[in-house]
Amino acid sequence: MRLVQSKTIVDALKKAIIKMNYELDNSFVARLRRAKENEDKDLSKSIIQEILDNQEIAKHGEYPLCQDTGIVVVFAEIGFDVKLQEPLESSVNTAVSLAYKEGFLRKSVVNHPFDRKNTQDNTPAIIHTKLVPGDGLKFKIAAKGAGSENMSVVKMLTPTVGVEGVKKLVVDTIFNAGGKPCPPIIVGIGLGGNLEKSALIAKEAILRDLDDYNPDPVLKKLEDELYEEINALGVGPMGVGGKTTCIAVKINSYPMHIASLPVAINIQCHANRHEEVIL
Amino acid sequence: MKHSVVTPISREMVESFRAGDRVYISGKIYTARDQAHLRLITDEAPNFDLQDAVIYYVGPTPPRPGNPIGSSGPTSSYRMDNLAIPLMKRGLRVMIGKGDRSKLFIEEMINNRAVYLIATGGTGALLASCIKSSRVIMYEDLGTEAVHELIVENFPCFVAYDIFGGSIFFDKDKS
Repeated sequence: MRLVQSKTIVDALKKAIIKMNYELDNSFVARLRRAKENEDKDLSKSIIQEILDNQEIAKHGEYPLCQDTGIVVVFAEIGFDVKLQEPLESSVNTAVSLAYKEGFLRKSVVNHPFDRKNTQDNTPAIIHTKLVPGDGLKFKIAAKGAGSENMSVVKMLTPTVGVEGVKKLVVDTIFNAGGKPCPPIIVGIGLGGNLEKSALIAKEAILRDLDDYNPDPVLKKLEDELYEEINALGVGPMGVGGKTTCIAVKINSYPMHIASLPVAINIQCHANRHEEVIL
Repeated sequence: MKHSVVTPISREMVESFRAGDRVYISGKIYTARDQAHLRLITDEAPNFDLQDAVIYYVGPTPPRPGNPIGSSGPTSSYRMDNLAIPLMKRGLRVMIGKGDRSKLFIEEMINNRAVYLIATGGTGALLASCIKSSRVIMYEDLGTEAVHELIVENFPCFVAYDIFGGSIFFDKDKS
């Protein structure tokens, strides 16, 4: 049994939460640069250039990438052989509270759908846990803003609509969202499971490595086709028109009921803030 | 075309704007988003003159010591579509946000000779460098959503909708 102190988790998560709000990962920035070269219109190019300039400024650690520093989402993988000194929830929320204060991040969480009182420290985080073999601890975290989250959908399709039905829902969703979710976006899709499972695997999809390769050839093909079709829509950077609407499409799937075909589409804006922590 | 303008913004100035034009704003502008709009529409004596005013849809991050403000990019404008209409009727001239807006909003914007500008969403660090000072002037209890008076210099925007029906956004009907 490996005992993990709460402080170990708090310190590591706090650091990662602050870092992700100030720095985009290199592979995403590289794709933005390529997207800019690929645009024809000056307007579309200049918008991507502003996004690139913004991340250069944010990197210095003074101004966060975006003022919507989001609600924190945590996917935790906990080894069977780990004994936590304190409940995970309390360590994660302590880390969030400290990070949002010390990192000068905006507190965007309210307590209730109608009271809407700010909780003052951006807690609680949204935490998903998975038990895995071994004595390791792994956290995938994201700061998820509302602009793109508000344009995300879950829809229960009927199985007979097949691939074409799924494609239509995805393409229509991105088209209707237009510039609102801050394109260029990453499109995370969850196919199957049930209502909540589809949403969960869609969120996991936007956290996948941009350069990974879907092992399921049918889903890989669908990712490629949707990438082309979404970029052919002409929505463009921030909706002003252009060739770059999405940077990547990632699809996860799960078995489902014979009568169901749940589809969740989770959109990630170009302020693609995420980190991984392994303890 | 490029315009460098100083607030307040006159009706004649707005008439010279065309969708897609670059606009650099200097002078005083005011922040307001969902909750501040709800209050402003019934507030008969706000602490700033709505006539020819500029409202920026933003909820900044807290400033680090020595800085006037934190990260300050635009929020999605569509949430203020209906709430902006009574303010335009009271003289509000310019709104800055991100993303497209409803048909009703655009009609009312044109009727009132107001204009909607966009700043690039998600570039709060870049835009913060154009903000020289910030102070809360109304609704302090709203925190980041309180009305702030900002003094800006060459704050970069694009004309999103002009008063002649032009739009910067991709053409949904054509696609």
